[in-house]
Amino acid sequence: MSRVAETMSRDHAACDERFTAAEAAVAEGDLARAGSALAAFTAALERHLGVEESELFPAFEQRTGMTDGPTAMMRLEHAEMRELVRQLGAALDAADAAEFLGLTDTLNVLMQQHNLKEEQVLYALLDEALGSDAEPLLAGLASP
Amino acid sequence: MRAAGLALERAPPIAVPFRFFLTAPVFLIAAGAVLVWSGPEALTWRGSPAALAAAHFVTLGFMTMVMAGAMLQMLPVLAGASVPHPELLAALVHVGLASGAAALGGGFLLGWPVLLKLAAWLLGAALVPLVIAAAAALARAAVRNATTRGTSLGLAGLAVTVALGLVLVATYAWGVPLANLAARMLHPAWGLLGWAGLLVAAVAFQVVPMFQMTPRYPDAMTRWFTAAAFGVLLAWSLAAWYAAGSPVELVLGLALAAGYALFAVSTLLLQRRRRRRVRDATTAFWRLGMGCALAACVAWAARLVAPDELPALEIAIGVLALAGFAVSVIDGMLYKIVPFLAWFHLQAAIGAKRAPHMKKILGDAPQFVHLALHASALALLLLAVGWPEAFARVAGLALALSAVMLLRNLIVAARRYRRVARAS
Repeated sequence: MSRVAETMSRDHAACDERFTAAEAAVAEGDLARAGSALAAFTAALERHLGVEESELFPAFEQRTGMTDGPTAMMRLEHAEMRELVRQLGAALDAADAAEFLGLTDTLNVLMQQHNLKEEQVLYALLDEALGSDAEPLLAGLASP
Repeated sequence: MRAAGLALERAPPIAVPFRFFLTAPVFLIAAGAVLVWSGPEALTWRGSPAALAAAHFVTLGFMTMVMAGAMLQMLPVLAGASVPHPELLAALVHVGLASGAAALGGGFLLGWPVLLKLAAWLLGAALVPLVIAAAAALARAAVRNATTRGTSLGLAGLAVTVALGLVLVATYAWGVPLANLAARMLHPAWGLLGWAGLLVAAVAFQVVPMFQMTPRYPDAMTRWFTAAAFGVLLAWSLAAWYAAGSPVELVLGLALAAGYALFAVSTLLLQRRRRRRVRDATTAFWRLGMGCALAACVAWAARLVAPDELPALEIAIGVLALAGFAVSVIDGMLYKIVPFLAWFHLQAAIGAKRAPHMKKILGDAPQFVHLALHASALALLLLAVGWPEAFARVAGLALALSAVMLLRNLIVAARRYRRVARAS
């Protein structure tokens, strides 16, 4: 059973796609397009983090009793990502492309190493612990 | 067990990797200085004292220095494999590697056997614990994938390189007769193809798609490349040792060259399809490095087929593989690792709100200045292979200058880190 691993990894790629679109728009100087691209990325990211934090992680923590384990570490990194995304919005409001691109470079490394840990360790643990019960928890994703 | 790996993961203190990264460029400067001092000698005969000194400043003092520091940093983060006593181990490896590389280069240059003996002990004291600790950590790793497997094989490659190096140093320093002439060729081959080549491939499988958002490497390549390369390298070595000059040795050697060329070409093709299109020094350094790796493979294949033609090709392969491939790729990695680690540790200390992002730690412009200096040094080094009298010294100077720029950039990043950390 690898329902979580497959679906959530695919959703990482979908988030990456939107992230790259926002970054490319700023790099090309198209700030109007960047605004809508950043909004689309933020929405996709929040949907993804929401499914993890409100559905998958609590179910895993309840089932295994591990509340201070890997899920706590992932929540911490989610908070760091949200802060960088907030700063991205501020940089765009200030039309500061250099600041925006410095932040996307940082967010990219943070996000990618985070995704790697989820895809290679955590999602397998979630699948193991939740089995087919994971299915309804993933409904909130609705990724295209 | 696997959960424990992730839960307990803790990046080591920033001083652990930084001390390696800040020391490494000094050895690259030293390699340039050797070329300036010796002139054409180092680039005409690979067995010359100057060539041996310069090559080991690059391979041990620069390459292995950065690779060891990065490994101690990355194992806990990317593989969930924590190294026991990271600070103590880092201190031992760092001091042993720095003093050992200096003693080895000095021993070659001055022709003092006592320095070579000292170097053998120092390098053994640094590298044997590194291999054992990293292998033990990998054996317990939470993650098992192409990267951890490739890293393990790279470590085995380092162990073979060290063993062959000790055999060679025993002939120079203790006068032990050389058991087999093939050792002279196998030592650099294992260092480049085994240690550096496999580690770079293992790391590339993860970081090339990550940093540049390229498609993934083909599954068959991530699954089989490092194991196949290691196996063929081993078979080729046995053929070189027991059946030197045989057709088997030639075929296996060509297979190795073709395999690494395939890896370089795959990386270049993936990078052409990258979705992140922002100007990025790391990507440029990697493309330069992979282009040089490809050129080195072609030159090596030519040399295998026609060993008596163009003796200068042997030196060209060394320049392409060391300065062209390894140094470029490592430079590119440093420009992602160092600013990210600075940001990462700062946000943990003072919060993500106030931590300066990566490009505030080190901007794009100085990275591209370094890229231009490095590419110029590389071009001059290749010219110097053809015309050593005319270009060897200026190439050495350019190499040293480029390394000074790298050192300057790393110091800027480390200072910004320290200033922000202290101010709060």
